[in-house]
Amino acid sequence: MTDDTPLGGGSPLIDAHAHFYHAEAGRADWARVNQVRLRAGDRIGITYHVASVLGSYGHTSPTYFPSPADLTRGNDAMAALADAEAHRVRWYVTVNPNHTAHALTEIDRGVSRGAIGIKLLASRRAHDPLLDPICERAADGSLPVLHHIWQHRTREWPNQEVSDGRDLSRLAERHPQVSFILAHLGGGGDWAHTLPAVQAQSNIFPDLSGSGVDRGMIDAALDALGSERVLWACDVTMETGLAKLRALDVIGLGSDARANVRWRNASRLFGAHAFPRCQSAASAAAVGS
Amino acid sequence: MIDCAAYIGPYPFRHLPHPEPEVLVRVLEREGLLGAWVGYLPAAWHRDPLPGNETLFAAIDAYPALRAAPVVRPDWPQWERMLSDVVSRGAAAIRAYPMQWGMGPHDDDMRALAMACGQLGVPLVLTVRFEDLRQRSALDVAGDLTAAHVRSIARAGPAVRVVVTGAGRDLLEETHWGLTPAEQGRVFWDFAWIWGPPEDHLAHLFRTVGPERFVYGTHWPLRLTQAPRANLDLLPGDLQPSGISDASALAAGSTSRTREGARRVR
Repeated sequence: MTDDTPLGGGSPLIDAHAHFYHAEAGRADWARVNQVRLRAGDRIGITYHVASVLGSYGHTSPTYFPSPADLTRGNDAMAALADAEAHRVRWYVTVNPNHTAHALTEIDRGVSRGAIGIKLLASRRAHDPLLDPICERAADGSLPVLHHIWQHRTREWPNQEVSDGRDLSRLAERHPQVSFILAHLGGGGDWAHTLPAVQAQSNIFPDLSGSGVDRGMIDAALDALGSERVLWACDVTMETGLAKLRALDVIGLGSDARANVRWRNASRLFGAHAFPRCQSAASAAAVGS
Repeated sequence: MIDCAAYIGPYPFRHLPHPEPEVLVRVLEREGLLGAWVGYLPAAWHRDPLPGNETLFAAIDAYPALRAAPVVRPDWPQWERMLSDVVSRGAAAIRAYPMQWGMGPHDDDMRALAMACGQLGVPLVLTVRFEDLRQRSALDVAGDLTAAHVRSIARAGPAVRVVVTGAGRDLLEETHWGLTPAEQGRVFWDFAWIWGPPEDHLAHLFRTVGPERFVYGTHWPLRLTQAPRANLDLLPGDLQPSGISDASALAAGSTSRTREGARRVR
């Protein structure tokens, strides 16, 4: 490996769960944090960040219960960033299902500006009927839905109406045409509960992001779901993302299975057209092999 | 460089794959680490630490790269004798779990243990957490170690050397900036739970607290050993090389020096 080789290896890599900040997110260092994400992404070898902006991140409405106005501003900021970084950033349009009309309008507006998926937070329990019109719109547009999840909901937690794998499975069962990305398997709660909760629901795809790096988690996810249903991602801790990439290299996965987790699954969910550099890199590798 | 925060043995609240010393030795080799201070994981929840310590010493006896970090509980009868004994047997560090033992931040027994360890030249290892608060079992009610505990122990005396494992940025800063420079020099931290990019907490702490205050700890077999290396690799370019401390230096010479000291304490 040369000094120029990315720390996470040279083959395509899609971070299916990233976030960026903006000027109205209540923190003065927002631009620095965005730049650090892009810098670290280059160092790791992330080909594409699939990202969202979560309203005002609590500055003018709660992060997990964002107001329509904050969502609109946040989605505008996200679209602008994706335009500016078009070679490496794709985006989810974020909506709050408690405001159905705004959510549907915002999805259409986002897609018209290039959004390739929908981000749902914890504004309403995942199995609530209010999510149905959003999922119907997702099905119509072939838009994957990234849903914030608490791994094993044992009680209510403050500042969010959390859902777990069981809750998301109920929603996914009602909408078999929609692909649901179950957020941050390593992001808090008991991942061991999530795996059997979603195992039978084949349109749920957990991402590996989160600060948690429990030993055994990746192995268990792959054993339960297979490499075709697990997505690599970072969320807010990119060092744990790199650690998980390196763990993928030592747990005995074949090259196809590693490629599935690194990028192919994301490419299948979002559509290959969304990630042209992954396709060209894979084609070049195939020619060279 | 050694790993200051490894364990062997099962965890009470979830299955851990292969927490055996022979696996740990292979992992250390793979990660390029020269050795580890090893605790016996179940001992954190035992009342009497003696049987767990015996299990630990027996389990790692055949592995020179593994140095015992046994438990000494300072509210247990004859703890001074236990300390002398384990140090005489080659303990590289002593582990204590004030939260699991229900000890408050200003517990005199814990401060006495810290001073006794300091006199013997062995670091005292404190564990902030074994796993994320959000996934903790309902039976695991101890809570995270507090900064007040660490400050109080660090102030116990000039010989004290404390290694705090599993802290995040908040606890670390609350402790560090609540100590005098001399007291700060008694405390070392691993960075297994400190966030890297994009928040860059580790980079911030290297710039403010200094890389020399950090040692390498993996928390194997609970966590992926790749995590701390990944955090170092993603530091901004101006912070490479990192300049972190090697925990083995904290116990340097412990074999001869601490055995002599153990005889004095005994």
